[in-house]
Amino acid sequence: MSMLKKELVDRISDNLALQKQDVSVAVDIILDSMAEALSEGRRVELRGFGSFSTRKRKARQTKNPRTGTMMDIGERNTIHFTMSKSLKESLINGKG
Amino acid sequence: MKKHNLTRKELAEAVSDKLGYPLSTCSDMVDSFFDTLKSSMLDGTSVKLVHFGTFSVRDKSPRKGRNPRTGETITIQERQIVSFRPSKNLRAKVNE
Repeated sequence: MSMLKKELVDRISDNLALQKQDVSVAVDIILDSMAEALSEGRRVELRGFGSFSTRKRKARQTKNPRTGTMMDIGERNTIHFTMSKSLKESLINGKG
Repeated sequence: MKKHNLTRKELAEAVSDKLGYPLSTCSDMVDSFFDTLKSSMLDGTSVKLVHFGTFSVRDKSPRKGRNPRTGETITIQERQIVSFRPSKNLRAKVNE
């Protein structure tokens, strides 16, 4: 069971009585801005929802599971999402 | 200089700049976007946003924990968490 962007856009446009096309553009702008900020190493902080940040993962060596040869994986960034306190509590207490 | 966080306000401004809607309307769109995402999480429905990533709800089983101050053992109840898996696209973007 999962919801796609289109359905999300439908719900927002119903909720605000706005054109779907415009809401769709708005959602893309929101996501692009978040991606851009993260790529610049900025934190994204959304009160009441959660925050996104990037973390550095150290370079490491690992085995290729198929061939068994060792290979190097360079240092890279990963994205970390932390739920807000209110989202965490809503999940515990049922519908918040 | 410390990089400042990306917030709802800046997202609303970015939407307003590109769509030409008043800032208050764009602010509503940003809020509605995260509210919809949140209510979907509370329903247990994951949300898949192409080129960005997937938000899903995962169950954590109960486990034993310890109060670090008093040392007493407590059971951490079964709970749910929201996890975010960035798309391949976004993972590549933060490693450019």
